[in-house]
Amino acid sequence: MWTTLVQIMPYAIVFTIPLLITALGALFSERSGIVNIGLEGLMVVGAFAGAFVIFKFQALWPNNAAALWMGLLVAMIAGILFSLLHAFASINLSANQIISGTAINMIAGAITVFLARNMTGSGNIRITSGFSRYDVPLLSDIPVIGKLLFTNTYDTTWLILLIVAASTFVLYKTPFGLRLRACGEHPHAAEAAGINVRKMRYMGVMISGAFSGLGGAIIIVTFAGEFTGSVSGLGFLALASLIFGQWKPMGILAATLFFGFASTVANVSQVIPSLAVIPPVILKVFPYVVTLLALIVFSKSSRAPQAAGEPFDSGKR
Amino acid sequence: MDYAVEMLGIRKEFPGIVANDDITLCLKRGEVHALLGENGAGKSTLMGILFGMYQADRGLVKVNGKEVRIGNPNVATKLGIGMVHQHFKLVSTFTVTENIILGSETRKGFVLDVKTASRRIEELSQRYGLNVDPYAKIEDISVGMQQRVEILKMLYRDAEVLILDEPTAVLTPQEILDLGVIMRNLIQEGKSIILITHKLKEIKANAHRCTVIRRGRTIGTVDVAATSELAMAEMMVGRQVTFKVDKKPAVPGAVVLEVDSLSVKNNKKCLALSDFSLQVRAGEIVGIAGVDGNGQSELVEAIAGLRKPESGTVRLKGEEITAMSVRGRIQRGIGHIPEDRQKRGLVLDYSIAENMVLEVYHREPHSRRGILNKLAIKQYAERIIASFDVRSGQGAASIVRSLSGGNQQKAIIGREIELNPDLLIAVQPTRGLDVGSIEYIHKRLIEQRDKGKAVLLISLELDEILNLSDRIAVVNQGERVGIVEASETDENEIGMLMAGVKAEGGEGA
Repeated sequence: MWTTLVQIMPYAIVFTIPLLITALGALFSERSGIVNIGLEGLMVVGAFAGAFVIFKFQALWPNNAAALWMGLLVAMIAGILFSLLHAFASINLSANQIISGTAINMIAGAITVFLARNMTGSGNIRITSGFSRYDVPLLSDIPVIGKLLFTNTYDTTWLILLIVAASTFVLYKTPFGLRLRACGEHPHAAEAAGINVRKMRYMGVMISGAFSGLGGAIIIVTFAGEFTGSVSGLGFLALASLIFGQWKPMGILAATLFFGFASTVANVSQVIPSLAVIPPVILKVFPYVVTLLALIVFSKSSRAPQAAGEPFDSGKR
Repeated sequence: MDYAVEMLGIRKEFPGIVANDDITLCLKRGEVHALLGENGAGKSTLMGILFGMYQADRGLVKVNGKEVRIGNPNVATKLGIGMVHQHFKLVSTFTVTENIILGSETRKGFVLDVKTASRRIEELSQRYGLNVDPYAKIEDISVGMQQRVEILKMLYRDAEVLILDEPTAVLTPQEILDLGVIMRNLIQEGKSIILITHKLKEIKANAHRCTVIRRGRTIGTVDVAATSELAMAEMMVGRQVTFKVDKKPAVPGAVVLEVDSLSVKNNKKCLALSDFSLQVRAGEIVGIAGVDGNGQSELVEAIAGLRKPESGTVRLKGEEITAMSVRGRIQRGIGHIPEDRQKRGLVLDYSIAENMVLEVYHREPHSRRGILNKLAIKQYAERIIASFDVRSGQGAASIVRSLSGGNQQKAIIGREIELNPDLLIAVQPTRGLDVGSIEYIHKRLIEQRDKGKAVLLISLELDEILNLSDRIAVVNQGERVGIVEASETDENEIGMLMAGVKAEGGEGA
């Protein structure tokens, strides 16, 4: 059992990271009052932009990690630009945020494959190499947790964990965080306090776009290595993690880790003898069944931001 | 003369309506100045102009003697003008401190400095006797406390002029008294207050001067101490008014509503009403007096079918309806004017016409074979609008959200009375309304009684209960502590009962 866990854990963490950063971005968006179900699409856009930039730069400078970082940066920018569509529709036009988000998902899947096909001939973009894994010196020698948490890690993992810590701080300890949360709970109160609600909501959506784009690109530079026109539902899983995690950073960390772990177990079950006895279907379905159960259990006490999903109309009584 | 704020000759037009025609209001430093006017007289617009939410088309605004242009609420805040809105603007999941500092946060570098802010709030709170805990969460504190947080919010921003918009509409009698003390403390510290209200009693108790406006014009500014309530009411509505409701002695008939040992739990799953019994006969108004939150809401909800009682029975004209559906009850003759008009009374984004048929849309002529008959619905609504004087921009097609509170209330009352119910439950029917509308609604309720209908009146206004009711039941902590004939009691006796002192004997119901 223990050896199995040690084997699985690094993979589980790698799988968790894109989920985590995307869910964290959605947290900013929903806390500002905008529901963003376009996460999937934003991740696809990030994955595409990242893969494309890395593909081009790796041709120029082979074996240079700068190409990868460049890819991540461009993925974030692409995510921001794409999320502006959602922001404009739901903030300026007071459109239904679910429909706008769905539109993002549909456009993203189609446009990226279209572009990829035009540029590379096939719909796929393969990068030469991603980030390499390493054991963190010293920390990986700590008994028990060293093996679980600090072996076979990627740079991006540490970057994202840093972002999570920073985001928690920003949300709860800075004026920006206070204002952002106020816009999601009671935008009229925020407005009365002299806060520009639209601006804050734009910030929330744009952060969500940046983080989703980053999440999508991280898939490429870690476990996937190839853009295929989809992120296979990770965006929706991130949304589920947000709800499961009760719109709190640490809750999201726990929820994404759970999904990451459960999905990894399902993916590797066939090659690990102690898991092979369980029918793979059950393992595959497991995280989703748990999600449904969790949503049922939590629905009573659910603390979604009260104004999330509601267009802001300053004249409304 | 030392004026904190002068608004001279203000005119403001909205498309199709002149909200302020020619209004002048001068607020002296250190006074409580009441602004009195009927619903739609232009009070909110005037205060909106002072607070920078609208721009006046004509007229001057001076603050501390200097002419100013107030382009938005932030400018008003900088000029030391603060407003407590009727609907509080507080984030319920935030603490008191977080709400107060929102928008003008104290910080250390990039970090929120909650401690310093809390200390200052504590200081302000003590200085003005507000008694607010800066670390409490808004959702955990009472409405009265929330209002004090709103006041603190302004004081924190160094407001010198405080606008209180209908501050007592949501308060219990005790909280109203506390607010009076707070206002006096503020005045002593040199603040000036504009008090928007319809309640003449409160003007009498708290204000120094009073400016009365009617249909967008200033009628006059009077010295409160030297002016009677009646005189102010007449200035406001422009005709003679009576506070005493004219009514003939009741001629009670058969029992219409019979509540027998009813026990009901509240949302927190505690028993809010226990073993409550009451009878209401045809041709009488039974009032229920009590401090807010003593089981009145639960009683009404149990009778109206919105909440399941734990035990006991409710009968209507002899038929048991304890477990009947809401529609069943409506069809058998229960009309309900709910406590919260925006939550349970109206669908705010529907038109008046649609709201008027919420309970009868399925009946002919409003619909036939499942298809709505828009024309019939419109005619039905227009009848109610005409007979209850519901004022709106586009008649039956107006969206209810755009109506003023008073007109929303009139629409609901009209709808329920139009059903001609055998039992009319009226919960706070005149909450937030002006004297003219109150008088009108009281007349209609008595008219129902005189037609031989039963009326159950629940109100937090003791005057209203005493004036309208034939019999008065008093609740305290969910128990009926007494039932008295209205003609044989007075404010003192009811007040004692409300406080929980049980009556001797009392008539069995």
